[in-house]
Amino acid sequence: MTRNKMTRMLSPVFLVALKKLKNAFSDLLPIILVIAFFQLVVLRQPLPQLGEIIFGTILVIIGLSLFVQGLEMGLFPIGETMAHALARKGSVFWLLFFSFALGFSTTVAEPALIAVSQEAADIAMQGNLINSDEVSQKNYALGLRLSVAFSVGIAILIGVLRILRGWPLHYLIIGGYVIVMLLTTIAPIEIIGIAYDAGGVTTSTITVPLVAALGVGLASVIKGRSPLVDGFGLIAFASLMPIIFVMGYGLIVFG
Amino acid sequence: MNVMTFLIDFSEILIATCRDVLPIIVLITGFQLLVLRQPIPHLRRLIVGGVFVIIGLALFLAGLEKALFPLGKLMAEQLSDPAFIYGSDAGVAHADWKAYGWIYLFGAMIGFATTIAEPALIAVAYKANEVSAGTISQWGLRITVAIGVAVGISLGTFRIVSGTPLYIYILAGYVIVVIQTIFAPKNIISLAYDSGGVTTSTVTVPLVAALGLGLSASVPGRNPALDGFGLIAFASLFPIITVLGYAQWVQWSVNRAKKSLKEDNHAI
Repeated sequence: MTRNKMTRMLSPVFLVALKKLKNAFSDLLPIILVIAFFQLVVLRQPLPQLGEIIFGTILVIIGLSLFVQGLEMGLFPIGETMAHALARKGSVFWLLFFSFALGFSTTVAEPALIAVSQEAADIAMQGNLINSDEVSQKNYALGLRLSVAFSVGIAILIGVLRILRGWPLHYLIIGGYVIVMLLTTIAPIEIIGIAYDAGGVTTSTITVPLVAALGVGLASVIKGRSPLVDGFGLIAFASLMPIIFVMGYGLIVFG
Repeated sequence: MNVMTFLIDFSEILIATCRDVLPIIVLITGFQLLVLRQPIPHLRRLIVGGVFVIIGLALFLAGLEKALFPLGKLMAEQLSDPAFIYGSDAGVAHADWKAYGWIYLFGAMIGFATTIAEPALIAVAYKANEVSAGTISQWGLRITVAIGVAVGISLGTFRIVSGTPLYIYILAGYVIVVIQTIFAPKNIISLAYDSGGVTTSTVTVPLVAALGLGLSASVPGRNPALDGFGLIAFASLFPIITVLGYAQWVQWSVNRAKKSLKEDNHAI
């Protein structure tokens, strides 16, 4: 009885927030279980600084629920609005320009990419592939970063062009795989691992929802395109293209 | 706990997140003002949503850095410590791949768990559910992708321990993807390819990178510079295989159900 009364008293907004928090908690539960299992059962050590861990976990849960709420309210609608407005304007040039700029600008300042390219410069220096002074190391890291950002820009551009033209995705992706394998046979060994990883680190948490909404939005306004079949695939290009460009960069710089 | 240091850490992360979003804001406003020249509908709601995303992501990252990353990294180091694996401090000349069972299990479980919490994957699953009118369930997609990452990371740690070359695994993975693409239902292919790229961002990369570098530093005969990389590549390849595989399995069982239904009708 009291429970019913309480439910009625809670405002709908509060209930929605509570549901979001509950969802975020279940998203996080596997990590908590894995860490607890390995810490207590396998390594048999007590959890250090339990207070900080609980505090951090609460922050993660609140943050994740806010993020998901923000996705629904902000990021998805922005991506779709831009897709609709650009499609209505009917200028292919501006649409492709926007796509390239979106890919390039979100990647070039990506912290994960900056970290990876610096590490790659260290490795190249250890392998005596570049001169071991600070200038050439910096140039190498910057060149790597720019080529990855450029490749993501090109990737989104090609992906959007594919949605416009209705090209089947799998031919393009499989063609990309073939290029990756061919480049692997001739690229210097020091760059292969980094090149493969570069594909994964480029797509950040804010870029992915925006790009997904852009693709789906475009596919749903263009006649004859299905949002499910044609709307997805932009992220696939954005993870494949950097592999090709980084190996190409390695070949040009070391070759 | 020192509140001041936490506030400083948090504001640093918040500024970094704002810097991530800055190019997007500049690009979109620039396009609105110079190219489209139209007011944005529901502007206030979009701004509130955008602020939620930035604050939410900053809180998320601050919490992870406070609680889970230090512990996860520490555990990756402890589990790959030769003293834990071989039960003694004595150095081992050659790595015995069978001794690293806990590492493979840890790789698989941490890969699965971090993928479930990955915000980018939550976003794509939400969109896929919406676009497919509910046929693709959010949890179904996320669990399938997470299993792919689990297999990928586990195999990736095995590769580091055994010292086999990375490209052989990637080549084999590509061949499997190509064969699956021929037979898989056409409407799932784009989503499957996309799910490779979304798995590896904020949550997975730091933990997995720590595992790879820690492992290659402690396994005898491995060079962290050369062998530490590659785990992320595994984590982006295997989800494609599991998502395509799951779609094939669903198609196969639907076809079989249809077939048996037909046979039943004939019998009647």
